[in-house]
Amino acid sequence: MAMKIDRRSFVKSAAAASAVATAASLFPGISFAGWKQLEGATGMIRWEKAPCRFCGTGCGVLVGVSGDRAVAVKGDPACSVNKGLCCVKGYHSVQALYGKDRITRAQVRKNGKMVEVPIQEALDIIAAKMKETISKHGKDSVAMYGSGQWSIPDGYVASKLFKGCIGTNNVEANARLCMASAVTGFMTSFGLDEPMGCYEDIDYANVFITWGNNMAEMHPVLFSRMLAQRKRRSDVTIIDFATRSTRTSQAADKSILFNPQTDLAVANAICYEIIRNDWVNWDFVNKHVSFHKGLTNIGYGLEDNFAFQDKGEGIDFEQYKAFLQDYTPEKVEKISGVSARDIKYMASLYGDPTKKVTSFWCMGMNQHTRGTWINNLVYNIHLLVGKISTPGNSPFSLTGQPSACGTVREVGTLTHKLPHGVVMNKEAREMAEKIWDLPAGSIDPKPTYHTVEMFRALDRGDIRFMWIQVTNPMVTMPKLRRYRDGALKEDRFIVVSDVYPTPTTDVADVILPAAMWVEQEGMFGNSERRTQHFDEIIPPPGEAMSDTWQIIEVARRLGYEKQFPWSQEEYIPRIWEEYRRFHDSPKHNMAPYKVLKARSGVQWPFVNGKETRWRYNAEYDPACSNGEDIHFYGKKDNRAWIWARPYEPAAESPDQEYNFWLNTGRVIEHWHTGSMTRRVPVLHNSMPAAYVEINPDDAADMGIVNGEMVRIISRRGEVTMPASINGRGVPPRGMVFVPFFDESYLINEVTLDAFCPISKQPDYKKCAVKLEKA
Amino acid sequence: MPVLAYIASPRSGEKSKLLQQLNAMQHCEAFSADNAEILILVTDTPDTEAEKKLQKQLNRLEALESLSMTFGYNDELQYKGEGDGHED
Repeated sequence: MAMKIDRRSFVKSAAAASAVATAASLFPGISFAGWKQLEGATGMIRWEKAPCRFCGTGCGVLVGVSGDRAVAVKGDPACSVNKGLCCVKGYHSVQALYGKDRITRAQVRKNGKMVEVPIQEALDIIAAKMKETISKHGKDSVAMYGSGQWSIPDGYVASKLFKGCIGTNNVEANARLCMASAVTGFMTSFGLDEPMGCYEDIDYANVFITWGNNMAEMHPVLFSRMLAQRKRRSDVTIIDFATRSTRTSQAADKSILFNPQTDLAVANAICYEIIRNDWVNWDFVNKHVSFHKGLTNIGYGLEDNFAFQDKGEGIDFEQYKAFLQDYTPEKVEKISGVSARDIKYMASLYGDPTKKVTSFWCMGMNQHTRGTWINNLVYNIHLLVGKISTPGNSPFSLTGQPSACGTVREVGTLTHKLPHGVVMNKEAREMAEKIWDLPAGSIDPKPTYHTVEMFRALDRGDIRFMWIQVTNPMVTMPKLRRYRDGALKEDRFIVVSDVYPTPTTDVADVILPAAMWVEQEGMFGNSERRTQHFDEIIPPPGEAMSDTWQIIEVARRLGYEKQFPWSQEEYIPRIWEEYRRFHDSPKHNMAPYKVLKARSGVQWPFVNGKETRWRYNAEYDPACSNGEDIHFYGKKDNRAWIWARPYEPAAESPDQEYNFWLNTGRVIEHWHTGSMTRRVPVLHNSMPAAYVEINPDDAADMGIVNGEMVRIISRRGEVTMPASINGRGVPPRGMVFVPFFDESYLINEVTLDAFCPISKQPDYKKCAVKLEKA
Repeated sequence: MPVLAYIASPRSGEKSKLLQQLNAMQHCEAFSADNAEILILVTDTPDTEAEKKLQKQLNRLEALESLSMTFGYNDELQYKGEGDGHED
């Protein structure tokens, strides 16, 4: 039964529930009959399973509900991801539902001011504006920009409406900013997206190498699993290979720093050493690997309408070996700053046949103007020594968002993608048109704009209407000023669905109140191919509505009732079962709705009632059919591809005037732009504002002391913020680091919109700035 | 206006006494575990001054072995956001 309690009583109830949850983790089976006497508590708490709302790890949580309020969180012991553990964001996640300024009513801009209107009126306005824009400017003048925090049904209906019904490929998601290089890395090396391994690799590996990946803060639960293994077993080594010292470096057995962008050269040098020492697993390489090279000097995408298409060409092993002659450890030491001895040490870890090696990476390798290449190069290392697709041997690309894999990569909410295959492929279009009950030819075979180009198109006026859901691009877009000014231009119409006011709702013409996380039913898909269902556990506030249902409402107003026929009671299971039809093969079969609902996540391929933990390994993967232990069935030659990819410099490097590298990223307390976690008092108070990390020697040279205001200036813009010297992270000389969670300090006014020409993912880790005392 | 929650450990054999003492104190509500030697304490003080006073009182309780904070909330320190707020 729902009961009303005032805010103060609710906070007390949440406080008690938090203590009860903590006690339960310390004393399994503990009970508190006296709890119900506490003011505001119903005395009854029910625990419902869900994936955590925040990062891509996909921890299972149990949400404690009292009355109609979520009051506590504890780790779900039935979930193999986190085995009952949570990080600080997870434990406090339900408080993010109850910020004081939650958006609960629709708002529409009238005479320059946002005014509240009934949500049905706002949905009428959106549909009318879309019709008008399409009629005046064509179907490619309307766009949807979504998120790796979209649930799977959110992304699915967005793709169905825009790509299928309207016939425009103007669908992108913010995962383009965080995962696109991982996708193109997988596609070019294996022909299929997403990791071959799973988190269980952590339980078997002897060596962990984190490539530009501060796991201690960004994936703390997985990092704690690594540390637990090192404590339990005597033969575990952790190497942090990064451009700045972080908490991960502190916890690692060895920290190796490299100059920005030179990970490309170091990866090649590791391969050089593996071959020089004859650590190559020849049986594996001869059976399962082929060698290739692509185009070089491929540009940085800085100009509008930049286009690039790579051209792969087969080479033989000797040609590959000759290519590596430019990457001896001694030569690479000079550009990378990594000693030849450390390069040889890393090579020896990969090369030692007695050690199982797992490599982890996330934004450091993906937000990179050669992101696809560096993904290829780390796969090269694992392929040369045959350490892949077996327990503990895993090149593992971690995801940043809870459903970057599930919604963006699997549903295909990127301009060139469909739920199965790409728009350029006739069979993939026909499959989608059949499942979506659309006339043949409805889907346009030409991709339109990737994310950076989509916002450029908005600025140019090629796009006039954009609907933004579950993301905050007016904080996260690189070279932000151009794209904010573009969004504010006359005759642009911006719809934003969100849960709190943000700099993105500031540019909106219509704001829709969105249901958040467990206020709706849905599914996420995490980094290890695990699909996780969550129920509507509590009602959304006011007129807030799920993003899925918002799209369905607008689709019906546009005349697509036939494609969106579902009732509010059953739309999620119906959408899921329709979506599953796209993946009906042993390579990607998804679990039925009933199975997902019952379990704390299910890994795909889900075949004959069994999950697949290691893909391409015949012992585990039913899609293997070549009669060998390993079958890389994604490529037509049934092999994984080793790529000769050179080192090429960053799009912009420090010079005499702009003499520092700027590196940006995240902190453990806050989720991305902080729009949710900054509403959680414990998280906000522990990290209330952003800062710029400066190397102590650089700070001393400039006479800057801790907390002093510093101006960071690039060719794009500037921001002034307090200095952090010898804080939790310490950059090397000549580099500064700024977290992007704080909308008061928009660091993306300063960053550059250069991107990997293959993945189109921007590089937020490298541009040139100068510093001044403010 | 801080609201704090703690796991309270009593000295050996003094769980009931501690429960009674805590519930007798202003700004405190406590309840004990049915099957473990711990209590949950929730405090709700009107301001920082009252909070400091309460902390001193808690420190003087002989039946109390230790307090571990699990939750902290303070209206005065909460992020205000940019909206005008719809509920309170």
